[in-house]
Amino acid sequence: MKYVDEYRDPHLARRMIADIRRRATRRWTIMEVCGGQTHGLLRHGIEEELADVVETIHGPGCPVCVTHADAIDFACELARTPGCALASFGDMLRVPASRGSLLDARAAGGAVRAAYSPLDAVRLAQRDPNLQVVFFAVGFETTAPATALAVRQAAALGLDNFSMLVAHVRVQPAMEAVLASPGNRVQAFLAAGHVCAVMGCESYASLAERYRAPIVVTGFEPLDLLAGMAACVRQLEAGEAHVENRYARSVRPAGNPAARRLLEETFEACDRPWRGMGVVAAGGLRLRDEYRRFDAEFRFRRPASAVALPAVDANDCLAGEVLAGRLKPTACPHFGSACTPETPRGAPMVSSEGACAAYFRYRRPAAAVAGEEVAR
Amino acid sequence: MCLAVPGKIVRWTDRDPLFAQAEVEFEGLRRPCHMACVTDALEGDYVLIHAGVAIARLDAAEAQRLLDDLSRLGTAAAEEFAVDPPAREPGARP
Repeated sequence: MKYVDEYRDPHLARRMIADIRRRATRRWTIMEVCGGQTHGLLRHGIEEELADVVETIHGPGCPVCVTHADAIDFACELARTPGCALASFGDMLRVPASRGSLLDARAAGGAVRAAYSPLDAVRLAQRDPNLQVVFFAVGFETTAPATALAVRQAAALGLDNFSMLVAHVRVQPAMEAVLASPGNRVQAFLAAGHVCAVMGCESYASLAERYRAPIVVTGFEPLDLLAGMAACVRQLEAGEAHVENRYARSVRPAGNPAARRLLEETFEACDRPWRGMGVVAAGGLRLRDEYRRFDAEFRFRRPASAVALPAVDANDCLAGEVLAGRLKPTACPHFGSACTPETPRGAPMVSSEGACAAYFRYRRPAAAVAGEEVAR
Repeated sequence: MCLAVPGKIVRWTDRDPLFAQAEVEFEGLRRPCHMACVTDALEGDYVLIHAGVAIARLDAAEAQRLLDDLSRLGTAAAEEFAVDPPAREPGARP
């Protein structure tokens, strides 16, 4: 496939790994922001190959993982409300919340539909005027243009049976929260390439400067990840700390102006609790006043949470520690035993982009794998 | 979920600014995609598709530039650059 296969060339990858190892005079600590990047680093063995010169700390860039249980609980409630249908991205369906997952709600008779696109939910609302269709709007700024477009189309079509449960999260405030947290060890970032395709990377300049941390816009294929790593190491070795774009085929400094305009007109920043991390100031997006009627929390009269939300899940899942980069999934006592993709205790094991799922799939200790073989 | 896939615009099917759509080919399939964020893209251009929506246009020249840069690693020019390895910290890995 064009624009994919070329960036998986193993010969170039080997040369890039050798180049990075040659440049480094010490071990550096780098955080890749996006869950898709975590998976790429693990799946292609890049984390392992660079382990003695780079410690990777996995960032909270898995929107499924950081969507608060509260939002999932309300989604389940809507699914079980007569006359409503809750449409959601597929990877949200199995995430456990306080009273089970959306899949559990479906098993109990709730109307839950997997959707590839929020625009499909708009079409559903168009086809069935008697159904209140609610789309569970999860995701970073990569996804927000699609949900913004859904609201704008619904408005233009005059639909009164489409709304969205908005749980969008913003990447930059989370990156700042990581850098500002006491005991932070992250020295540089691989910035989330597809968020930047939308938002650009100019806004990171002040972050790089204030915290003296290189921020390198990075893609997802092996050569992209290695190019990002190489740029981080080069800057760190040289004592530099600026924004660098190593995903220029997809990212322009100002991003996609049309997509940004759409976001700005439809959403505004708001404080948002991130599952496992507490409230991140300006860490979310919500619909602007003029589109309030498309906000499911407003339409279905859900009282705003006045109580401070707990930072950790009640069921002792350590997702918060994993998402903040303080705990490697394999160091969690539940990993591979009580917590597996089949029986997840928390979101990072369920989500296709979660760090725990990535470790389970690509880095399980040989003994655990052997034990499973015997058990079969 | 943040993964976006490069696809080639086969043909525009709706040029309305809000309801813009095109047939886009990716992963061996042709699918209608929502194009309101890339209304200036041409047939034959590549775009990044995420959740059914084109979120950015791919820059072919930049795509090639990265590959050209990377292919120079390990060539004579790069070897010359690496001739003087950076000074090691005491106790650092060999």
